[in-house]
Amino acid sequence: MESQSSTPNFADLVQSDRVHGSLYTNEEIFQLELEKIWYKTWVYVGHTSEVPNANDFVSKSIGPQPLIMTRGRDGVIRLLLNRCPHRANQVCLQAKGNRGSFTCPYHGWTFSNSGELRGFPFPEGYDTADRSELGLGQVNRVAEYKGFVFGSFADEGPSLEEHLGAGGRDAIDRLVQTSPEGEVEITAGFLQHRAKANWKFIVENETDGYHPQFVHASIFSIAKSGIGDLYSNDSTAVARDLGDGHTENDLRPEFRRIDKPMNWFGTNEARLPDYVEKMKAAYGEEKAREIMIDGTPHVMIFPNLFIAEIQIFVIQALAVDESIQHVTALQFKGAPDLNRRLRQQTMGSVGPAGFLLADDSEMYERTQRGVKSKMPEWNYLGRGKHRERRDADGFMVGDATDEVTSRGIWRHYRELMEAK
Amino acid sequence: MSSQLDLALLAEVQQFLYMEARLQDSNLYSEWEALWTDDAIYWVPANGADIDPEEQMSIIYDNRSRIGLRIKQFYTGKRHTQAPASALGRVVSNIELLDVTGDEIKVASSAMIFECNLRADTIWATRNEFLLRRTEEGLRMARKKVVLVNNEKPLYTLSFLV
Ligand code: FES
Ligand SMILES: [Fe+2]
Repeated sequence: MESQSSTPNFADLVQSDRVHGSLYTNEEIFQLELEKIWYKTWVYVGHTSEVPNANDFVSKSIGPQPLIMTRGRDGVIRLLLNRCPHRANQVCLQAKGNRGSFTCPYHGWTFSNSGELRGFPFPEGYDTADRSELGLGQVNRVAEYKGFVFGSFADEGPSLEEHLGAGGRDAIDRLVQTSPEGEVEITAGFLQHRAKANWKFIVENETDGYHPQFVHASIFSIAKSGIGDLYSNDSTAVARDLGDGHTENDLRPEFRRIDKPMNWFGTNEARLPDYVEKMKAAYGEEKAREIMIDGTPHVMIFPNLFIAEIQIFVIQALAVDESIQHVTALQFKGAPDLNRRLRQQTMGSVGPAGFLLADDSEMYERTQRGVKSKMPEWNYLGRGKHRERRDADGFMVGDATDEVTSRGIWRHYRELMEAK
Repeated sequence: MSSQLDLALLAEVQQFLYMEARLQDSNLYSEWEALWTDDAIYWVPANGADIDPEEQMSIIYDNRSRIGLRIKQFYTGKRHTQAPASALGRVVSNIELLDVTGDEIKVASSAMIFECNLRADTIWATRNEFLLRRTEEGLRMARKKVVLVNNEKPLYTLSFLV
């Protein structure tokens, strides 16, 4: 299946238990993905806590498109494209800051942080120019769920809530209740980890419960981490297809079996007395205990937000074989003692030198090189197909190490790629 | 610093930094680990040189026990990103004695590192700052800060000793 000029046939390329290698390497397919996924569906961009005050802004992206996420004087969050409507110069070059307007350095056009053209120098040089037509481009739809801001380049389509579905919303609901005030904050700064690999290798790996025992054997063995056991053959954790491409490794069955508050974070109540106190005051003894046993989710919100218990990864597709993982520690409002440990653990685990992620990324890059080999053409994703089943909520689940998650991602991918 | 440059001290510090570079380039992990004091901090900031590592994410922010963990991970043989280990060649230069107080010496240096691994050849440029301490065993590192000059940009995996 060499690249052809005719449109790729996704029904052939994505089958129920195998996918074709060209999906990771074909430039034409990547361009189609931009059109049909990245520039169409809801994509996670940033968090409201990154622009807490009026006129705050922060540089973000959707795939290869750089964006400026601004909070206007009106408090509204907008996603502006970083391209001057005059002659396309980049308008903003700072990573973040606070300003009510942006002046293009090329010829001095000035834009409000809500995107409108405020003015240009020597205006007598324009007689018919309609200023209202010359504002910055904006991502067509912007929506937020519990502080998580998503953008969609499509004028219409499912709402964000529909896109997240019951499973995605429930994961975020579970996440925010780890805070005694019910809010996540993204305030610790991002590491940007580059990988010479297709974005889908990264997405699939996030809820691949089969790899941790092998890829992370080095750190599990020396750090006496219990994480490896969660993904063992005997684990009661489940892999779940939440629909619409969203997937998770639900570790709660294991944590409930162990039945120790804060064990999900490898610690105990005695080490976090202030946090435990606040949680009990906020939610009541029983509910607080439940939250502190269940822990935070391990969920991949398609196509680019990975909530990984203690951190989030924002996946950016740059090219067919080039991706960036933007990663930061989750911070929970009202939990400074927990937050400090979250930052420390995250720093150890992720990013270019992380105990975990440097090895995951190694695999992304090796698979990217491997998939260029001509044969056997397919990646086989049939693990656990014989034992997948519906859970009480109707979601398809498998054992902890099963590939029900990858199959769910690809089924959704195929739908998106086949859509008109 | 006195205006008179202490050439003997400079030579001693130079030799120490060259040795450190040689141990790193040779992937001699435990020999390198032995250069640290018990209260060591090994810091590779992200997003600039002056972030607060207690509040903001760094690429590496290791205390002594985490340095130990990093070294142990290599020896498991399953630190995949370093199996095979990167081939490394670095040049250390711009060695400048910044301050001498009691048995502690503050030193600045630069390094240019050529890395060859399975992905590709990569060049890393760093500005380093050391706090060296004179001990009975000789000079030791109490603190090493490595500022990658491109640490505001997305970086490929950096899993060798920098
Ligand atoms: S390109 Fe921006 S003002 Fe000319
Ligand atoms: Fe992993």
